[in-house]
Amino acid sequence: MKERVVITGMGLVCPVGHDVESAWQAILAGKSSVAGTTIFDASTFPTTFSSEVKNFDPSKYIKSWPLHKDSNRGSSFAVAAAAQACRQAQIDIETNNPADKIDRTKLGIYMGCGEGSVNNEVFFDSLAGAWDSQNNKMDWLKWAQIASAGFTAENELEQEPNMPTTHIAKLIGARGPVFSCLTACAAGTQAVGEAAILVRHGKADIMISGGAHSMIHPLGMMGFSRLTALSRRNDSPQTASRPFTASRDGFLMGEGAAIIILESLTSAKKRGVKILAEIIGYGSSSDAFRITDMHEEARGPIQAMEAALADAGISYNDIDYISTHGTSTSENDSIETKAIKAVFKNRATKPPASSIKSTIGHLIGAAGSAEIISCVLAIRDGILPPTINYNDPDPALDLDYVPNKPRKAAVKTAMKESFGFGGQNNVVIIRKYE
Amino acid sequence: MSDKPVITGFGAVSCLGQNVSSMWQGLCEGRCGIVPITAFDPAGFPCKIAGQVADFNVTKFIPKTYRKYVKIMSRDIELAVGAAYEAFISSGLITKAIDPTKININPTRVGLNVGAGMISCDLVELAPSASASKTGNRFDIRKWGKEGLELVPPLWLLKYLPNMPSCHISIIHDIQGPGNSITCAEVSSHLAISEAALTITRGKCDIVLAGGTDVKVNPMCLIRQCLLKRATTEYADNPEKACRPFDSNAKGSVFGEAAGIVVLESPESARKRGTRIYAELAGTGQSSNLNSAYQCLEPDGKGITVAIQKALAEAGIGPQQLDLIIPHGLGIAADDLAEAKGIEAALGTAVKNIPVWPTKSMLSNNGAAAGGLDCIAACMAITDGVIPAAKNCDKKASGCNLNITMQPQKKNINYVLICGYTFGGQTAAVILKKIN
Repeated sequence: MKERVVITGMGLVCPVGHDVESAWQAILAGKSSVAGTTIFDASTFPTTFSSEVKNFDPSKYIKSWPLHKDSNRGSSFAVAAAAQACRQAQIDIETNNPADKIDRTKLGIYMGCGEGSVNNEVFFDSLAGAWDSQNNKMDWLKWAQIASAGFTAENELEQEPNMPTTHIAKLIGARGPVFSCLTACAAGTQAVGEAAILVRHGKADIMISGGAHSMIHPLGMMGFSRLTALSRRNDSPQTASRPFTASRDGFLMGEGAAIIILESLTSAKKRGVKILAEIIGYGSSSDAFRITDMHEEARGPIQAMEAALADAGISYNDIDYISTHGTSTSENDSIETKAIKAVFKNRATKPPASSIKSTIGHLIGAAGSAEIISCVLAIRDGILPPTINYNDPDPALDLDYVPNKPRKAAVKTAMKESFGFGGQNNVVIIRKYE
Repeated sequence: MSDKPVITGFGAVSCLGQNVSSMWQGLCEGRCGIVPITAFDPAGFPCKIAGQVADFNVTKFIPKTYRKYVKIMSRDIELAVGAAYEAFISSGLITKAIDPTKININPTRVGLNVGAGMISCDLVELAPSASASKTGNRFDIRKWGKEGLELVPPLWLLKYLPNMPSCHISIIHDIQGPGNSITCAEVSSHLAISEAALTITRGKCDIVLAGGTDVKVNPMCLIRQCLLKRATTEYADNPEKACRPFDSNAKGSVFGEAAGIVVLESPESARKRGTRIYAELAGTGQSSNLNSAYQCLEPDGKGITVAIQKALAEAGIGPQQLDLIIPHGLGIAADDLAEAKGIEAALGTAVKNIPVWPTKSMLSNNGAAAGGLDCIAACMAITDGVIPAAKNCDKKASGCNLNITMQPQKKNINYVLICGYTFGGQTAAVILKKIN
């Protein structure tokens, strides 16, 4: 028997707000918080700015912060977002004796998460200090000395990508199915999609799903810079992320965590918790094309979108809103537009398709789940979040991108799509619960 | 007839050899692949040994036209590409890379779920740029931002994203179905195999290659495990004796590099192709340890217990029906004892009679690849009706009530339980069943 999968809680820590409602207001107002990078000195990098989570105090969200104090940025966002989501879903946290009557072995976690930052000072000093540039080789003895004196066991452990999941499990006492994945920029959507499948098939009653990530560290910013994927609009960071415009020049790096609590309808009804929306479809595919480029005809994205529609048992005519991947890179925005046109055929210009990455930036592993939250809120409030900085349309891209201003619209069914480097594509369909 | 997915092939690259048969032969002979580290000079590290793969050359496993991409492959990717190639061949699947004139798969009906660890960057590749960015003796990030970045290869990041093993395999073999990359440390393979099974039973594809790849023979990984005091600092002169799961003299784990990938297939597809079936994926389970010292198991191993109970329930069997247990068994005394307690709590009195065969004394701890290798070993044990002897468990640690296999034995094996856990707390169990 298949269970219907509903959303009963959401939590969000992102650059434009440290909770769901304040972030949503900022997203609707198109109020970004982009500025010069402060997490490390990026003043000479090709891209000097980013979308950071600022003035964030995780101990405001949980009492047991001392147990999580060594967390990397991603994990600290994750525990705060998970705590928010659990409060909404009436799941007890930080207790060995929960009163919520939830079977902890049927309460699972599925996160899309990335690495925590290395101790950069020690890391780079170890390289600079141990490299023998005369002989072009590493003095490993010296490297090991610097590294073992500088690195700590705690920070080494916390870099592992399963650690946000570990912290959430500890916070909630969850003993159910537990997964973490990192399909690059598609991880958050994949985590929610796969978690929904686990609930649908009875492997868990409740799944804490979503993503948490911060790549605002020297290796991350360097890596994306070298790929020329980041916007270099250093003279105007506020308008750097401008998806689907003619002058788009790359994405805006962000960070954060977005948690969505998925629950079987049976369990949600039994517990009498408020149902926020329903997940009705999930599709996944691989481009199988090139490591560096998306398939020219958008083969993979089309396949994932069609798989999600088929999984939901609906047609493209039923989609009222598309939450795009919309990174503001030249390639993504044109291939994505192509994919939407192929799937939606003569109706392609009808469903509004916006990108909140224009406002909050690209949360990498957390991007997809943050954007799923925006779909749930669009359904709830009957209002679409805008694509901001949309002032010079790319003539080749002619969908309705909800330019610059939020728009009132009844949304019953929304599609969230995410595409990862290397060609991993994931799509989730969210519907108003009725 | 059950509709549970079956295993129809596999591929392994490990310190015991570059294919499944050499790994299995090594395990049966009690050979150990742990050696003094040669990948870099380990003199400054407290642990100087590892399970290394010797003389691996990825070009044997890719078409000539793909050779230009080798420069953007980390070793984790290379080993995965090698294991996937063998997996396709062993299952009789002909892909674009194997013979473009005889392709017998439908690319959209084949999926990939290859787990990975945190792929550590090649320090030698980065060091020149850091070294060129010094002010005085110290690294100067402003200098690096301005001048050093240009010295890093443009596609640098793409070598180290953990979804790249999957992506390269998908491109090389033209695999277009559902794809995922589980990054859950040492249970990545177990989870990938569990998720792939559900992808198949949901009807989203007929075949999924699932497993994992990991290279822990890397200065960054090794220093981490040394700082966490998980790597053994002893037996540097006698590496064969170093990894001692459940032994009273266990002093820590030994890390390695490997890839292990199985071909999971719907029974209908396997029957239609008339291909050999090695085992059925009878049940899986996952859970978490909840310990405040994150890198250690709870002393009672409760997360392990819950995962095993779930897998047994899904398999629809009782503990007494298990014929073999392949534990995670790292050679870290406290964790081994906790795992033993967790297994015992799940199986009750049946635990006394079920042979337990740890593999890491020979294969080392291969992180995200560990579960893939153990599932393959389980398939071979089922196929040959053989349980090899455990190695280095000369005197069982006190408090461990597991029935460690001291002698090789012939046995009809119907059900095998494979366990895993991470440093961080996630646990997983997989049960494989013989198909008669």
